[in-house]
Amino acid sequence: MFDIFEQLKQTFTGESGHGFSGGIHPLQNKRTASQNIITCPLPPLLIHPMKQHIGEACQPLVKIGDHVLRGQKIAKSQGYLSVPIHASTSGKVIKIEDHAIPHPSGLGMPSIFIVPDGLDAADESIHPMPNYRSVDAVELRERIRYAGLAGLGGAVFPTFIKLVQDKQHPIDVVVLNGIECEPWLTNDHQLMLEKSHEIISGMDIIMHMVEAKQGIIAIEDNKPDAALVMQNTLTEMGLDQQIRLQVLPTKYPQGGEKQLIQSLTGKQVPAGRLPIHIGVLSQNVGTSKAIYDAVCLGEPITERVITVSGDALAKPNNMRVRLGTPMRFLLHQCGLESLDDIRLIHGGPMMGELMRSADIPVVKGSNGVLAMWDKSVKQAHHEEEPCIRCGDCGEVCPAGLMPNLLANHCKQEQFDKAEDYNLFDCIECGACSYVCPSHIPLVHYFRFGKGQVAQIRREKTFADESRARSDSRELRIAKENAAKEEKRRVAREKKEARAAEAAKKAAAEAAATESETTSSAEKEEGQP
Amino acid sequence: MIFLSSPHQHSGNSIQLTMLSVIIALLPASMVSVYLFGWLAALLITFCISACLLTEYICLKVMQQNMKRLWDGSAALTGLLLALVLPASVPWWMALFACVFAILITKQLYGGLGHNLFNPALAARVVLLISFPLHMTVWIIPMPAEGVLDLYNFSLCFTFFFFGPEAIQQTWDAITMASPLGYVKTELSRGVPVHEALNTYQYSTLNAFIGREAGSLGETSALALLIGGIWLIARRTISWHIPLSYLCTVALLALVFNAINPDLYAPPLFHLLAGGLMLCAFFMATDPVSSPSSSIGKIVFGVGCGVLTWVIRTYGNYPEGAMFAVILMNCAVPLIDYYFRPRVYGKTRKKG
Ligand code: SF4
Ligand code: SF4
Repeated sequence: MFDIFEQLKQTFTGESGHGFSGGIHPLQNKRTASQNIITCPLPPLLIHPMKQHIGEACQPLVKIGDHVLRGQKIAKSQGYLSVPIHASTSGKVIKIEDHAIPHPSGLGMPSIFIVPDGLDAADESIHPMPNYRSVDAVELRERIRYAGLAGLGGAVFPTFIKLVQDKQHPIDVVVLNGIECEPWLTNDHQLMLEKSHEIISGMDIIMHMVEAKQGIIAIEDNKPDAALVMQNTLTEMGLDQQIRLQVLPTKYPQGGEKQLIQSLTGKQVPAGRLPIHIGVLSQNVGTSKAIYDAVCLGEPITERVITVSGDALAKPNNMRVRLGTPMRFLLHQCGLESLDDIRLIHGGPMMGELMRSADIPVVKGSNGVLAMWDKSVKQAHHEEEPCIRCGDCGEVCPAGLMPNLLANHCKQEQFDKAEDYNLFDCIECGACSYVCPSHIPLVHYFRFGKGQVAQIRREKTFADESRARSDSRELRIAKENAAKEEKRRVAREKKEARAAEAAKKAAAEAAATESETTSSAEKEEGQP
Repeated sequence: MIFLSSPHQHSGNSIQLTMLSVIIALLPASMVSVYLFGWLAALLITFCISACLLTEYICLKVMQQNMKRLWDGSAALTGLLLALVLPASVPWWMALFACVFAILITKQLYGGLGHNLFNPALAARVVLLISFPLHMTVWIIPMPAEGVLDLYNFSLCFTFFFFGPEAIQQTWDAITMASPLGYVKTELSRGVPVHEALNTYQYSTLNAFIGREAGSLGETSALALLIGGIWLIARRTISWHIPLSYLCTVALLALVFNAINPDLYAPPLFHLLAGGLMLCAFFMATDPVSSPSSSIGKIVFGVGCGVLTWVIRTYGNYPEGAMFAVILMNCAVPLIDYYFRPRVYGKTRKKG
């Protein structure tokens, strides 16, 4: 019934024999499991927001009226932590202006609007590199950066950044994340069933790039069919020596990078470090497929697979969608006629955001869109009641935090205490809110707290900087003063020296007349 | 609700559900109490639950709180728990005092549900014990033991509950007896070794386990409490940390000292089955509000309760120490929460 020794060990050491600590088993609701991926038709309008990744926003390269091709770069990256954006079909740029994006802040983002011409003509300027093994890692990395890849699992961290060989931190294991622990979502699942070759080739490219000897494909045991297909493909491709498949017991949030690494290797990524520091690199299966496309087919990222589901949807589907397709169009394809009494969620129910508008486009990080009845969302967001300190939230927290105390500190704006209770180690997985009997929106408080702390830090840096500026000004003034003082001193000394000389002369003259009056000389010596 | 943070899915757990499960888990013990003490038990349980709900109602009304709180089950649970830790012989006014004290003083004055430092039922019981020590340490002779009082006679019980023993031409001495713990304690103080005291009391482990013993309403049957408690653990309403560490600590201490001097120290099984230990371990110490929230803190809490229980039982003035132990440890909860935090991912355990 319950393995007490296992739990005892976990209580005292924070480590469990298998799996990560904490976690929950939410209702799966994977309605679209094992449904073939269908291709969504071209929408009448595509919207490309200038930021679809973590990092800096891009800058448009096209003007209104320009004709673009599929795969043509329409916005260039700015700064290191950024990847370019490509047109997802051929057509005409009709406007560039702010548009809603899936972001909790609800703020808009400059976006390029393209009306497709229906020809879907491709930009052929990048060449496929099917023999990637003979290509230098640096070139591959540049290709992947150019193709605009960012983690398609939802985190959208620019992919090329991770794909680097670091002599100090060689990578032992490449982990392919096929966990898909969010309820409802099945896009990765289906992708593994249909594109196993491409996914595994992508993984092989990664392993080639970072010269890793070993690879692990991680799949949860709620997807036995995907595990079977992947295993067969591995054998078929003759890669089953280097890459092994690991089936893990289903538990949310196993798909979290740090949690998955703990589950697979038993090691925790030390606080403040990256997986690479313990020799692990992980990528999502969708990203791996996109790497294959970019390298072997020479195709930048212009489409992705997304799960369109939810309890209000008549025909849920896994769909291959052009980036930039408005969600409204997508939902319409799945039989949604009216949006009355319906709430839309971008992403999965555990970590996704409620959407403010159905016109939000599909972006690189869109792994799902859920149309839920208002009442079922309301049920989850039940009125908040007082915390009964049951500790359930702490029990399920994969980060080992005490969410109830943490939320209290955030609520009372005691941010230093919140940080002391490791606010920034929270991965916002929502497991705590999920189990809370008092329906306390814990994650909401954490986001609020993090935002406030970031704000305070910014202000503090600003204050520090201006203090440093004024400090340096004072220093400069002090220096100038010192220099002036020095000059004055030198001048004075010179003057004094001259005066002394004059006095000496006078004394000498006086000495000459000493014989005349000794008393007067004594007098003079008496007043130096 | 406009644009709330994720998650948008919930386990469906609620305060109401939690409280309801605890109430259900207490049903076996309540049934045993009705079997042992007849109408007296039924009357007391109904009375306490109603009195607690009424007090809660008035408090909420006066403080202009949401009336839905009345039905979150916490007040009803307090009433039931309180009834189960009282002796069957308490008169109505004492029960009423306990209920008002539990809800008004221990709970609402501290800020309502979630803010109380002590478990309300337990605190009320301790206050009664201190205020009315005589009443609270004699126990009605339970039914199957051929009592002088017919506990299955409703009108008799009713009169007794509301008007005292004189109204039914009884004296306290005739209808009450000492509990095993109390008896052993008095005998020990007269220099009688433990096993002899148990012999003269005609103590039987089996009786203590199934509950045919003198004691508070719901404390007598270890079996019934175990059924409820294990069910709660199985459905994860409470975690195993507190009950297990609590009971193990008491058993271990008893085992060691009993081995050292069996004349002075009672054996472990006696300790485990006697008095309010089982009830305290499964239902009082695990009260979420007044216990630590981290797993490791819970173990520390349980061990503390165990040590204190054994020490008070062995060296204290009162025969029963479980309630005092839990109340004392409740005071230490903020400290435990501060010093025993779970291990944060990727960090070494940090204390304080
Ligand atoms: S789960 Fe909710 S009620 Fe329980 S301790 Fe955490 S915040 Fe409080
Ligand atoms: S959201 Fe944060 S605090 Fe809550 S369970 Fe996840 S990591 Fe822990």
